[in-house]
Amino acid sequence: MIRFAWLQFRAQAAIAFGALAIIAIALAITGPHLVHVYDTMISTCKSQKDCGTAAAAFLHSNSTLRTWLGILVVVAPGIVGVFWGAPLVAREFETGTYRLVWTQSVSRTRWLAAKISVVGLFGILFAGLLSLMVTWWASPMDRVSMNTFANFDERDIVPIGYAAFAFMLGLGAGVLIRRAVPAMATTLVAFVAVRIAFINLVRPHFATALVISKHYSASFGPGRGTVFSYPMTLTSNVGSWVISSRTFNGAGNSVTNIACKLVSGIRVQPGSPRPSPAAIKARLRAAEAVFQKCIEQYRQVFTLQPASHYWSFQWYETVSFIAFALVLCAALIWWVRRRTW
Amino acid sequence: MTNVLKTNELGKQYGHKWALRHCTLSIPKSKVVGLVGPNGAGKTTLLQLAVGLLSPTTGTIDVLGGRPAENPSQLGRIGFVAQDTPTYARLSIVKHLQMGAWLNPNWDSKFADQRIDDLGLDRRQRAGSLSGGQRAQLALTLALAKRPELLLLDEPVASLDPLASREFLQTLMEVVEERDVTVVLSSHLVADLERVCDYLIVLAASKVQLSGDVENLLESHWRISGPRRDARDLPSNQHVIEESHTDKQSTFLIRTTQPIHDPAWKIAAVTVDDLVLAYMKNARDVEHQPLSTLREVS
Repeated sequence: MIRFAWLQFRAQAAIAFGALAIIAIALAITGPHLVHVYDTMISTCKSQKDCGTAAAAFLHSNSTLRTWLGILVVVAPGIVGVFWGAPLVAREFETGTYRLVWTQSVSRTRWLAAKISVVGLFGILFAGLLSLMVTWWASPMDRVSMNTFANFDERDIVPIGYAAFAFMLGLGAGVLIRRAVPAMATTLVAFVAVRIAFINLVRPHFATALVISKHYSASFGPGRGTVFSYPMTLTSNVGSWVISSRTFNGAGNSVTNIACKLVSGIRVQPGSPRPSPAAIKARLRAAEAVFQKCIEQYRQVFTLQPASHYWSFQWYETVSFIAFALVLCAALIWWVRRRTW
Repeated sequence: MTNVLKTNELGKQYGHKWALRHCTLSIPKSKVVGLVGPNGAGKTTLLQLAVGLLSPTTGTIDVLGGRPAENPSQLGRIGFVAQDTPTYARLSIVKHLQMGAWLNPNWDSKFADQRIDDLGLDRRQRAGSLSGGQRAQLALTLALAKRPELLLLDEPVASLDPLASREFLQTLMEVVEERDVTVVLSSHLVADLERVCDYLIVLAASKVQLSGDVENLLESHWRISGPRRDARDLPSNQHVIEESHTDKQSTFLIRTTQPIHDPAWKIAAVTVDDLVLAYMKNARDVEHQPLSTLREVS
């Protein structure tokens, strides 16, 4: 039955792995060049002591391709689910060929198990290889950007879990709905919904989040020039995944804007004498002190997962989605065994 | 006489609708059985139940001494050609034969190859580009090469032109003669099956209306006509299947195993076609009659 499942699938497999080979060649050609550019950039910028600008230029020059490859890796598991999983059994129902294959000397369980093994494993292989290729290719830029969690969904091993889950979801939709196109649409909607729900509801809780609270403060330039220093970014936790960032006032309530105003109170009335520069300065300093006092009540509270959690999160997420896939697989086999069509 | 297929009070319900109900029948070994009935009578349901594509809602079905599709070897003993002869449109003939060989331990590849050669088909041709007749022949080849003990064909000639239909039945009969195989063919047209069947089952209104050897059926049914008479006045051993009256004359289609003595009657033999139509009409008229009216002739 494995051989027959492969016979039915090999045309699709050839297209998918042909496309994968083309991408691999393109990445293999451009990848080493990127590594070279990266190495020279690091060595020159270190001698010039300005790595920030050089890194930004390096990132910018390759950002389009990096973005598109990222999208491709995110979409690949969806393709596996929608185009391989959903029609796999639904098409057999639609064209009536299930009546041919179910009346050969093979049990339905074996028939389904063979389809799952062949197409499912190829789906996982497809998404996994694509992810690993792109991860390798983009690694110089990922190192430079230092935003470890930004590309979490499109790097390393998570696409393997997504592909396994998407495939089983598609297969299940196909078995229940028995029509290819509605099953494909259902698969797409369900897969996107589960992914989004997982990102928002489950992933943040893989490890206890780090909560960092920072007080606002203002620093003032000479004269009337004013520079506010807000703790909007975290310099101490580079590359961490900021799950939430909220502002609290002195009473401990969450607020959306900061109600502090710098009022110098210096207003020159027409006809009245100009205040002396010293008086103006004193008034300004007093206003600044009031402002400082006001703004220091405010805190910015960050909930975040530090960059060091990246790999454990990759594993948790991958294993979770593979577990979903296995549960779906067991449910499906049980359903096909007992279902009385 | 051993039975290869036996059902008892078999029923299949879809939602609130019964596709087949109170179906009790048996199919004897080594017969070529015509399963005839109007569209929607439950023929397809019965055949799909027999091969395990469906499971019964009520009653039991026993095929070759086991439950349909209870295990792969049970599946291997039954050849099935589904309605509209489904095949994989994008796979070639040779791939279909390959499938048969992979999925059936008793596969007779010599037979399958020979059959495809005899039909003059190009092995590399995709099933999707075959004509209806060629596709039916391919489906039949797949079913026969399993070397089944029981061959079930669901409306095999319904979508074929008369020539393809004749060729199909001819090849079927050639194989059947060589082997000890029981064949069940369903059709809504008795004319399709008349030449090949030696056993007849009429299924209508989801019940068996008539079943028996064609020979016996023809010897026990007669069309009698004579002066106008009421059906109740006929001897008790003559069961009226169909009656029609004019002002002066009555015509009855009766079932009896006794000789007809009344000299007033003109007696004529019936054809299979007459029989089937009479029983189907009867079924339509008495659709809600209880089970006891089920007629069994053996």
